[in-house]
Amino acid sequence: MTFRPEHELHRRRFSRNLGLGLTLAAFVVLVFALTVVKVKRGDPMQGYDHTYSPALLPKEEAQP
Amino acid sequence: MSDIGAYQGATATPYEPGFGDYVQLLKPRVMSLVVFTALVGLLVAPVALHPVEAFSAILFIALGAGASGALNMWWDADIDAVMKRTARRPVPAGKVQAGEALAVGLGLSGISIVMLWLATNWVAAALLAFTIFFYAVVYSMWLKRSTPQNIVIGGAAGAFPPMIGWVCATGSVSVEAFLMFALIFMWTPPHFWALALFMKEDYHTAGVPMLTVTHGRKATRAHILVYTLLLVPVALGAAVTSIGGPLTLAVAVVLNAWFVIGAFRIWRRDEAMAEADRYAVEKAFFRFSLLYLFLHFAAFLVELALKSAGIGGW
Repeated sequence: MTFRPEHELHRRRFSRNLGLGLTLAAFVVLVFALTVVKVKRGDPMQGYDHTYSPALLPKEEAQP
Repeated sequence: MSDIGAYQGATATPYEPGFGDYVQLLKPRVMSLVVFTALVGLLVAPVALHPVEAFSAILFIALGAGASGALNMWWDADIDAVMKRTARRPVPAGKVQAGEALAVGLGLSGISIVMLWLATNWVAAALLAFTIFFYAVVYSMWLKRSTPQNIVIGGAAGAFPPMIGWVCATGSVSVEAFLMFALIFMWTPPHFWALALFMKEDYHTAGVPMLTVTHGRKATRAHILVYTLLLVPVALGAAVTSIGGPLTLAVAVVLNAWFVIGAFRIWRRDEAMAEADRYAVEKAFFRFSLLYLFLHFAAFLVELALKSAGIGGW
């Protein structure tokens, strides 16, 4: 049994799939790293869960 | 896209682009200049970003520049095909469909703007959005084919990256950011007109109203000299702000003296002289213009390093 030689078209298709896969993986890693940095530095952000978040308000407004 | 299981014996198969063909859509050589100038703008700013934020900022500024390059290739596919310099770009070469270039351009524009906003601030993201709009719509769609001043006004698109880098760190525009912008803005016309002097046939064939085509080469030579002279105070001005110092000023004086001498030599020549030495002076001026910009921004970085060591800056 012999294998047919790989066509150049398949090589280009593979390069496209590999490139896109690696790009997406790098994007996920970057978003994760950014998230960690932002959270650790205490940047104001929340999950928008429709609940009152006094921690995000200036001190005087947060007083009951 | 169809499988070609039965391709054996076939002599011609439709071209399917590889990953590299899509990368070429983003004009990697232009991106390298964008990365460098944006990085300098970000580093010389008085506010330090976390390395991950700084890396993200530069990455998404470069991606935005690449997106505008893809949009430009989509729109200009017809004239790119008839110019020798651009005929091998992915769209005119038939490697990537024009519609795909548009999709890549729009998609990456959206991603780069939103991600720059999330990574840094909305002012930087808005500036990036404006830059993409300016290059794709104002320059490519409107000015490029309608006025010989296309390079002058369109040059703003390439001048924004260091300003965006600065704004990523500080959140606002200042005189230093404006002068870095102005340095590239004023440098662009002499740089491209020198190229047009020895690539005139390309623009003529494509019907692009470059100054060489509409006003002739003599007028172009005069314009190169005038814009080079106007560039001098901008370059020297940047060197005396907070991002400059004695070294930057010395570098600026030498570079601008050299640049003005080159522009003066171009102005004094006529076409017979240029043809005789195959545009040697124009080509040398064009090559030096690349070095001019690189060394100016490199000087800002070196000055920063010297300042950190306590011996640079004003």
